Amino acid sequence: MTGSPLPGSCVIRFVDVHKSYRVERRDIPALRPFSLAVADGEVFGIIGHSGAGKSTLLRLINLLERPSGGRIEIDGVEMTALDEPALRAQRRRIGMIFQHFNLLASQTVADNIAFPLRLAGLDDAAAIHARVAELLARVGLEEHADKYPSQLSGGQKQRVGIARALANRPSILLCDEATSALDPQTTASVLDLLAEINRELKLTIVLITHEMDVVRRICDRVAVLDAGVIVESGAVVDVFLHPQHPTTRRFVQEALPEEASAEHAAHAGLPGRVVRLSFRGDATWSPTLGKVVREYGVDFNILAGRIDRIKALPYGQLTLVMDGVRVDAALAALREGGIEVEELSSQELHR
Amino acid sequence: MSALLHNLFPQVDDWAEIGQACIDTLLMLSGSLLLTVLIGLPLGVLLYLTGKGQLREMPKLYGVLSLLVNVLRSIPFIILMIVLMPVTYFLVGTKLGIRGAIPPLVIGAAPFFARLVETALREVGRGVIEASQAMGASGWQIVRHVLLPEARGGIIAAITVTAIALVGYTAMGGAIGAGGLGDLAYRYGYLSYKSDYMLVTVALLIVLVQLLQMLGDRIVAHYGRR
Repeated sequence: MTGSPLPGSCVIRFVDVHKSYRVERRDIPALRPFSLAVADGEVFGIIGHSGAGKSTLLRLINLLERPSGGRIEIDGVEMTALDEPALRAQRRRIGMIFQHFNLLASQTVADNIAFPLRLAGLDDAAAIHARVAELLARVGLEEHADKYPSQLSGGQKQRVGIARALANRPSILLCDEATSALDPQTTASVLDLLAEINRELKLTIVLITHEMDVVRRICDRVAVLDAGVIVESGAVVDVFLHPQHPTTRRFVQEALPEEASAEHAAHAGLPGRVVRLSFRGDATWSPTLGKVVREYGVDFNILAGRIDRIKALPYGQLTLVMDGVRVDAALAALREGGIEVEELSSQELHR
Repeated sequence: MSALLHNLFPQVDDWAEIGQACIDTLLMLSGSLLLTVLIGLPLGVLLYLTGKGQLREMPKLYGVLSLLVNVLRSIPFIILMIVLMPVTYFLVGTKLGIRGAIPPLVIGAAPFFARLVETALREVGRGVIEASQAMGASGWQIVRHVLLPEARGGIIAAITVTAIALVGYTAMGGAIGAGGLGDLAYRYGYLSYKSDYMLVTVALLIVLVQLLQMLGDRIVAHYGRR
């Protein structure tokens, strides 16, 4: 599957890119040919299980991995055509953070953050100091400038990683499982920080993860990677509310375990039709369901439901059994009221 | 003090000679250690970089370097010293004394030290190197600003171990005319049956090794922050 062409400016564009590794004279494909574009200023998620190729895909962006074929353009520059010095200059415009932080253990927090500035040739101590102070303030670590990484918690280490990645004012930030080594609360605060950076600095973020919850919290669009193939991609709301591919469904269910189990348990032998209603945005807060039920005289029983947010967008999802003579008309009225209606066969419930 | 020493070790009739031997040993040690580090450190970095899966993988160069290091390390030092005599003479114009001892000491210890450096560098996490590459660091910048500082503790420990090995080598060198404490122990203690000389030199060597180890540990504790 190829990503749909995007209107407006794309900072990252993959065209027919593929990657295989040569192991004992055989080519082992890691990524099947794909095309993908990431728009300026969006948060783009790539979700997949370990070994799906997401880490390779992310590293193709700054050419830590070289593609076996195809074109990779960053800000319109063909990356594979660059010579060493030009590639290094281009990499300075792409920040990267890592699951295990990868900080220099022998350097203080301040020196870690100053490191990319020094690599870029900045040697004005006052300028470095000022920039480091600014970055420490941005990630909320003003007090820890002179500590060593071993004295910090995981969340603080990742904040140092973020400050370091931002030092050279990149236009793109790559996140390699940036929250996978953190506990849930710390994960939330690091994701909030990333969302804030995305908003305030207009930074394009590409992140890879195996947790749908990370995608739901901060991504605008998502691609689902399964065994080296992008099996599904699109706006997070669409993918999350209407997953098509089995792998995607599994990821969504992992994020909503209670709903998945409710669906499995409750439907058998119930009279009526099982439907799933999805509310997005304003529809979440209006009493459309109640009105329709009264008007058409149908009965319903709730099997599962939740109200939550996808990034800033509120959404709700209800799985119901509906019974009554005028169910079809009721469903049509619900659709008219801006609610997405899916009728689930019992087979689908069993998946 | 001297009366006490005389009572303890009646066979030792010239303490000044022991003092001079200490100085000779220390001179041989410091001179050869300095050169060993100057030669072994770049060699260790080269071994590391050209190794399999590393930044500048070069199997052929690595193979040659690795073989050379292994060959030099497999020759017992006392034999290496004899084999190298013409080279020593060519390099420093004598086969004897402190100057004559330093070339074989360095040639014997540098490959050993280089291997220890290679091992210490391999301890540096791949992730840190990858992060530096992602930040646009050049190969030289990675060596200078990432690998060496991150492996600093391991490299200082390697210098300590090498210094102690060199103490042993200098003592062996004493047997074939290098001077120093080993020479004293061999000539008086072994050939002339004055076992007091043996005891005193052994005691001094133990003290020297202890001091080196303590010093090394101190420096590691101070600089080798993890």
